[in-house]
Amino acid sequence: MLMSVGSLAAMGLALGSVLGVASRYLAVEENPIEAELQAMLPGSQCGQCGYVGCAQAAAALAKGEAPVTLCPPGGKATAEALAAKLGVKVDLSKVSDSGPQIAEVTEEICIGCCRCMKVCPTDAIIGAAKQIHNVIREACTGCSSCVDVCPTEALGMMPIPVTLQHWTWPKPASAHN
Amino acid sequence: MGFLDRFLKTPSWGVHPEDHKRPAADVALRIFPTPERIFMPLNQHVGGMARPIVMVGQKVLKGQLIAEAQGNISAPIHASASGTISAIGEVTAPHPSGLPFKAITIDSDGADRWIDTDPLVDPFSAAPEEITKRTAAAGVVGLGGATFPAAPKFALGKRLKVKTLIVNGGECEPYLSSDDRVMRDFPEMVIDGARLVMHAIGATEALVGIEDNKPEAIAAMRKAAAAFPEVKIRPLPALYPMGSDRQLIKVLTGIEVPSDARAAETGVLVHNVSTCAAVHKAIRLGQPLVERIITINGGAIANPGNLFAPLGTMIGDLFAFVGLKEAPSRLILGGPMMGTPLLHDRIPIVKGASGILAFNAVEAHVPDAGPCIRCGSCTKACPMGLLPLEMAARIKVGDLEGAEAYALQDCISCGCCAYVCPSHIPLVQYFSHAKGELTAAERTKLRTDATKRLAEAKAARIERENREKAEAAARRKAEREAAKAAAATPATTEKQGVSA
Amino acid sequence: MKEFALMMIGAALVNNVILARFLGLCSFMGVTTRVDTAAGMGLATTFVITVSSMADWAVQTYLLDAYGLGFLRTVTFILIIASAVQFTEMTIKKVSPTLFQMLGIYLPLITTNCAVLGVALLLVEGRMGFLSATMFAFASSVGYSLVMIIFAGLRERLVLADVPRLFAGPPIAFIVAGMLAMAFMGFSGIATS
Repeated sequence: MLMSVGSLAAMGLALGSVLGVASRYLAVEENPIEAELQAMLPGSQCGQCGYVGCAQAAAALAKGEAPVTLCPPGGKATAEALAAKLGVKVDLSKVSDSGPQIAEVTEEICIGCCRCMKVCPTDAIIGAAKQIHNVIREACTGCSSCVDVCPTEALGMMPIPVTLQHWTWPKPASAHN
Repeated sequence: MGFLDRFLKTPSWGVHPEDHKRPAADVALRIFPTPERIFMPLNQHVGGMARPIVMVGQKVLKGQLIAEAQGNISAPIHASASGTISAIGEVTAPHPSGLPFKAITIDSDGADRWIDTDPLVDPFSAAPEEITKRTAAAGVVGLGGATFPAAPKFALGKRLKVKTLIVNGGECEPYLSSDDRVMRDFPEMVIDGARLVMHAIGATEALVGIEDNKPEAIAAMRKAAAAFPEVKIRPLPALYPMGSDRQLIKVLTGIEVPSDARAAETGVLVHNVSTCAAVHKAIRLGQPLVERIITINGGAIANPGNLFAPLGTMIGDLFAFVGLKEAPSRLILGGPMMGTPLLHDRIPIVKGASGILAFNAVEAHVPDAGPCIRCGSCTKACPMGLLPLEMAARIKVGDLEGAEAYALQDCISCGCCAYVCPSHIPLVQYFSHAKGELTAAERTKLRTDATKRLAEAKAARIERENREKAEAAARRKAEREAAKAAAATPATTEKQGVSA
Repeated sequence: MKEFALMMIGAALVNNVILARFLGLCSFMGVTTRVDTAAGMGLATTFVITVSSMADWAVQTYLLDAYGLGFLRTVTFILIIASAVQFTEMTIKKVSPTLFQMLGIYLPLITTNCAVLGVALLLVEGRMGFLSATMFAFASSVGYSLVMIIFAGLRERLVLADVPRLFAGPPIAFIVAGMLAMAFMGFSGIATS
């Protein structure tokens, strides 16, 4: 009895101390994947994911607390890249990806209050006080922060218009699936 | 392009589709009268869209510059008829999407009056740069279908000291005979154009590759080239896709252009026969590229053949001229293998339009796709030595990176694989889809990077503004305090009011 | 020498841990969707099996047998395996965070991977010497890795195949696993262990 308890206890102690030493030498200071994840996010700090900024979102992703589909401006492409990086599978068909969108000002009801300009993370809205504002399409990330602050609902989101340069062939429909 | 090709005369790649070129190729060239209204698209080339320099209501002459080139890779657009600019608007693009693009509408006055031309009298004693400059000003682009502006290609050839010019008279696409017609009817123009291009790039020889299913063209070109030993006519076996530049270079010179290099880097440059003829016109006659020879063919056409038509003519107008036997079941711009399907005939012809095919129901029939039986026919046919079946299987399940690992980007979309596939799998559409999606993903990535830069710029701006505000506040405070101190001396009261 | 070779071939191929003894099936189905993941899992498991078998053999010989504590065998073996897994986990997390993420829950589950305990118990029952026990453990785990990689390769191709919807996913994977097991039956007779 004493022998069995003693031997088990001794083994536990020995193995425990080996692991303790190992954990000191093999300690991972910072989750290195976090920086990589942050680089994959748009970096516009729009806050649509519910975290303060992209760095916090990346931290949550690294810990596995947030789904890879958390970033609306990043859309399907970002979700796919994150899933590949984290080695998780994600059903992208369920991602509500309405395609990349950009903001648009309805000029008739814009009162030129400048609120949207202040919240825009990429300075994509131009205008001045009491002047109609406008969105620079190339710079807009589609974060929709401006839509929330517009007092007259002059700002709305619309899908990026398909042009000849952006059009791609559809995938052939297959009868064998 | 396997190892055995070194010993075999006929390459192992490629397919032999029924060429359907005759009788259309043998019908004499007809001149299409200028239509009442012409739609000149602003983007008839690879690269930046041309910028209009005319206004609505303005009178223009044939050959007058109406839109100038924008950016390094671009080409100007000239009026293809004399008349009045009636609109600068949108017209359906010759593109499978059926989306619109910008075009200048000209109402023809029917007179077809040319603008005063300025031909170069003795081009061979002029500087090569002069040829390049004039070619660029004439809006000449690659007329084989790629529509890459000719002048930047000359400059590249000159810079890389290309010694061999290859003149592409392959025209391997079935049904098309516009290049054939150019060679039969204007061989002197082609040869002279080729010599001008050689002068522009500093090449010492020109190899004219012509498929041996065009004996009349070979004979005419041989006769025209007899006086110029540096221009050699080389008959080629009729094999699709012989007209593709990499394949043509391989067969004519034995050089295999590496996957990541341009043809010019291996010391050869390829230009189409029609492009050479256009260069001849631009230099010797001073005429910009405003008209071209276009094949109208297909089962739905009553009198198929080649037309000499102004650019910007609506396809429907061309059909009215040649007559339709029945409503076409399918319209294709270019050849049946690589051409662009068109949704309707209210689309103008552009510089790169070598032919318009109107297929009847029999020709347009596409059998339903079956499962892949892994027969490997596509790998044997592929002129680039790829594995179409492996790429398509991966694209089908959405694994685009997997397809890319099988060198999807080297695919030239020639359609050989889909042509030989016994299961009729639309392989090229899979590849086009995947290439488009990969480009879109690349674009998204660039956009994300740009966003990051913009966000950082904004953060920097806010920080700077705050700092400036703080500095201004500190300065004002300091001034106020100075003023307060000065208030003890009443003489400075006035100054205090100013600074506050 | 010849006996060693025969024993190792027997352990790796004929009496394959997965396909003949049916041990370690959860990782066999779980982490064989991609070849690189399967190879990583195979490497980790090979390490754990070899190291823990050596330790298990020592404990069995010098502690349990010597003091008549045979009834503690399972408990002590699990203790040793758990420590080895913990150590492997720390190493992988340090060396390759990506592989760590990909292996996910299966990495700590090597602890309860029956292949690890199974091999340890087998070599105790076989009453082998230290060298042959180590060789047996190593050969068994190589067999395990081999089958993992083969099966992952098969599944990578399976994804591209036109599988009837009823069979798509795990069902066809099980059918293919059965075929693979039958193929491995062909090895029986070349060596016995």
